[in-house]
Amino acid sequence: MIFLASMLGHPFMQRAFIAGAAVAVLCGLVGFFVVLRSLVFTGDALSHVAFTGSLGALAFGLSARLGVYVATAVVALLLAALGPRARANDVIIGSVFAWTLGLGVLFLSIFTATRATQNSTGGVSVLFGSIFGLNAHDTLVVVFVAFGVCAVVAFIARPLLFLSFDDAVARSRGVPVRILGYVSIVIVGITAAEATQAVGALLLLGLLAAPAATAGHLTTRPFRAMGLSALIAVLAVWAGLTFSYVASWMPPSTAILFVAAATYAIVFASSRFARRRLGVF
Amino acid sequence: MLTDEPRLSWDLLADVRHLFDFPFMVNAMRAGTIVAVLAGLIGWFMVTRRQSFAGHTLAIIGFPGAAGATLLGVGVHYGYFTFCVAGAIVIALVPRAAESSFGEESAVIGTVQTVALGSGFLFVTLYHGNLNGLNALLFGSYLGIAASQVVVLLVVAALAVGFIAIIGRPLLFASLDPGVARSSGVPVTLLSVAFLVVLGLAAAEASQITGALLVFALLVLPAATAQLVTTRPAASIALSIGFALAVTWLGLGIAYYTPFPIGFWVTTLAFVGYVFASSGRLVARAVRR
Repeated sequence: MIFLASMLGHPFMQRAFIAGAAVAVLCGLVGFFVVLRSLVFTGDALSHVAFTGSLGALAFGLSARLGVYVATAVVALLLAALGPRARANDVIIGSVFAWTLGLGVLFLSIFTATRATQNSTGGVSVLFGSIFGLNAHDTLVVVFVAFGVCAVVAFIARPLLFLSFDDAVARSRGVPVRILGYVSIVIVGITAAEATQAVGALLLLGLLAAPAATAGHLTTRPFRAMGLSALIAVLAVWAGLTFSYVASWMPPSTAILFVAAATYAIVFASSRFARRRLGVF
Repeated sequence: MLTDEPRLSWDLLADVRHLFDFPFMVNAMRAGTIVAVLAGLIGWFMVTRRQSFAGHTLAIIGFPGAAGATLLGVGVHYGYFTFCVAGAIVIALVPRAAESSFGEESAVIGTVQTVALGSGFLFVTLYHGNLNGLNALLFGSYLGIAASQVVVLLVVAALAVGFIAIIGRPLLFASLDPGVARSSGVPVTLLSVAFLVVLGLAAAEASQITGALLVFALLVLPAATAQLVTTRPAASIALSIGFALAVTWLGLGIAYYTPFPIGFWVTTLAFVGYVFASSGRLVARAVRR
């Protein structure tokens, strides 16, 4: 208790816990659909777009946050437009995002050469996050965006689930398949932009994939799995932050990822084991 | 300072000759050529097998490998090879998408990838090394390639290409129609594991030149372009290798004369090629109609 009080006594830790929880709930909810609809590679691509977007904005002296939201939303729409039923195949995704990475490198070199005051720490914090460095305003924006996107997800969850489980029937019942496809990819994009600020562009994929996949092993009911996924993500973020606070050599984003991945590995292994004992597998 | 920078003249031949004035550029060209051939070949199979995501992840796994090797004080290429091969085995152990529901395979790959990146970041932090080192690991550098490194690259590439030459035919069969291949006695699962390991090796190789984040471009773009141009496997593989070579050579040449990084040029050239090929195909289709 005393430890918790002293840890949460620091304003930067409070902000990290609040912003981290907001990002985690969003990633948990959106991640469920990402894993269910096999959009993980798209999420991967969009997370790298987040990197290019924020560095592009930095290179031209704009706000990194603006750059990251605009870039991910635009590329998400582009990826949706390139594929049938708003789902591009992995070669198209791969090609677009290989080039996006190259652009990111260009922006990084421009930023390092012209604007960075010292040793390109801006680039590193985009890549790996800087959750301890958020100020009060950043935290507020993160929480509001998370709240807004969660509301949209809650609104479209039911038709999107229907669509994900039975495409043909959903279509015949008049579910707007194409629009939902677009909306869901843009949501993944905005989530990527949001999570970049907490765990960084390179690590957010784990926060999308691991808690959702863990939840998928624990229950087969979709709404319960969504809630569980969000809960696991929040706990992973908080545990990771605490770990990184205790062990100062541990970067917070890495700690968060390790907790989420370890949880997934344990649940994956034990569900395999249980299934084998039941003789199902 | 500015006078030392290479300038383009109007004499293209002289410019090209000037590229080879320095030993580091000669080594870069040699290493780039080896990497391009390997990436063009392996990438073609990767695209055919729809394993771009696994390829991207294996490419990235080189980064913690290199960072860990630096931390331990051993040669960087040991780190690249150990991590990439280990990652390939982990991914291969998970059932492929068709065999399990709920996108399990991609969730595992994504988790493996971020754990790898997270560990890489941890190693770099522990090393207290400068952040420029981090950038070189992620985005590559064609400057400090030693002659001994080129030899290591050549040996590994020769092994990988030889191996692909042996398993190429059954691998192609297993990639195009796993069901039929399995029923006619092709060891599909074994081939899949073997291919992922070779993919890991190729990624490890290329990482040393292009950096962990950009290997993927060399793996996916030339192959995707070649498959748009022709569907015949042999021609398509040859084209893929050709594109990879062209893109690498041009990228190195342009990067030498401009202040912008090689990764940007290689990916941009390759992407432009891809866009040309796909728009050309769209036009051809429209004309035929």
